[in-house]
Amino acid sequence: MTIALAFDIGLAVLVLGLASWTIATREAFAAVVGFVAYGLLLALVWVRLAAPDVALTEAAIGSGVTGGLLLGASTRLRRTETPPAGEKPGRTLRLAAVVLCALVSAGLAAIVLLLPEPGPTLAPQAAANIAATGLGNPVTAVLMAYRAIDTLLETVVLLLALLGIWSLAPDRVWGGSPGLRHHADPDGVLTFAAQLLVPVGMLVGIHIFWVGSDAPGGEFQGATILAAMWILATMAGLVDAPPVSRRWLRLLLVAGPAVFLAIGLAGYAMAGAFLAYPAPYAKLLILTIEIPVTLSIATTLALLVAGPPERAPQQ
Amino acid sequence: MSAATLYGLCSAVLVGLGVFGLIVHPQPLRKILAFNLIGGGVFLLFGVVARRGAAAGFGGDPVPQALVITGIVVAFSATALVVALLLRLFQETGQATLRLDE
Repeated sequence: MTIALAFDIGLAVLVLGLASWTIATREAFAAVVGFVAYGLLLALVWVRLAAPDVALTEAAIGSGVTGGLLLGASTRLRRTETPPAGEKPGRTLRLAAVVLCALVSAGLAAIVLLLPEPGPTLAPQAAANIAATGLGNPVTAVLMAYRAIDTLLETVVLLLALLGIWSLAPDRVWGGSPGLRHHADPDGVLTFAAQLLVPVGMLVGIHIFWVGSDAPGGEFQGATILAAMWILATMAGLVDAPPVSRRWLRLLLVAGPAVFLAIGLAGYAMAGAFLAYPAPYAKLLILTIEIPVTLSIATTLALLVAGPPERAPQQ
Repeated sequence: MSAATLYGLCSAVLVGLGVFGLIVHPQPLRKILAFNLIGGGVFLLFGVVARRGAAAGFGGDPVPQALVITGIVVAFSATALVVALLLRLFQETGQATLRLDE
């Protein structure tokens, strides 16, 4: 057995162990902590599968921001954790669930073992056309050129989710600020960490966005780090969440999808198809889209975590 | 056994575990966690398919990899929406239960 295989087996066992912990443990808070660790290990699995771009996304969004969101929710819902006796599933249901899940897993495992050899791939096509996009990272080329429509729709989905969350606000606080104002000890560790980490983190976020055209990284990973830095600064009480009715905030939210859509429509005139880029300007146009998209995604992610408005707007 | 196959089997078990949690946990927050576990398994299966499509000097097929990145972000936004719904339910009723009778 090679070292690499031993590492892979150990990693798979750890991932499955943490996933079982997430399901089996009694307290929701402990389950979420298990989930965050599971996400970070899953990011390592993505590295082992030669997908560093996905690894960054999983670590930043799948584990980091999702984990933060769920930790907050689990603390708020702690009081409701013990369900009334009538809600606990009976033995028959548990047994049926075990059988069903074993069937699902066995079916998927069979599919994995029966996959065609060699696997079908679009990598040669992606490699053949990458020069025309001016990009060096094939994953960014897929996101911004070959399958740009997916990315455009994704930025819209993020906005729709935010609209859904905002619409949960009661009437009297509509247009107000999300969440409660955080106050931390100005000489405390949290404030110090925020003051130290936020400037560095912002640089790292911008760097990861910028290198994404040629190396692992990109707008989603960079935007998530920027959003995380903003969340840290609000938790330390250094900045406060703006009221959701502010015009600049709304412009920031829609700037990305709007520029993306405008350049996509201009593709009809410039290159004869929606979201088509004329080859000499491809990289310039992709960057023109990516910068506002990164800002919009960062703002949207931060506000998705902040939740619906909870404080009435000040007149 | 190759690493791709190993992680493929791992993803199959992850989906099974998630489905189990989704069925047996009465608390909505635990169901959300279980659902995210299923998501992780499905994305990993995509990663395995991408890894098996390594060609043209790339370590994996970039198309499924890019789809997974999109998927992770959309999964997060869905999670954020459903958590907000759950917290609102708790605010309104003082409970976080999916039971219909009261």
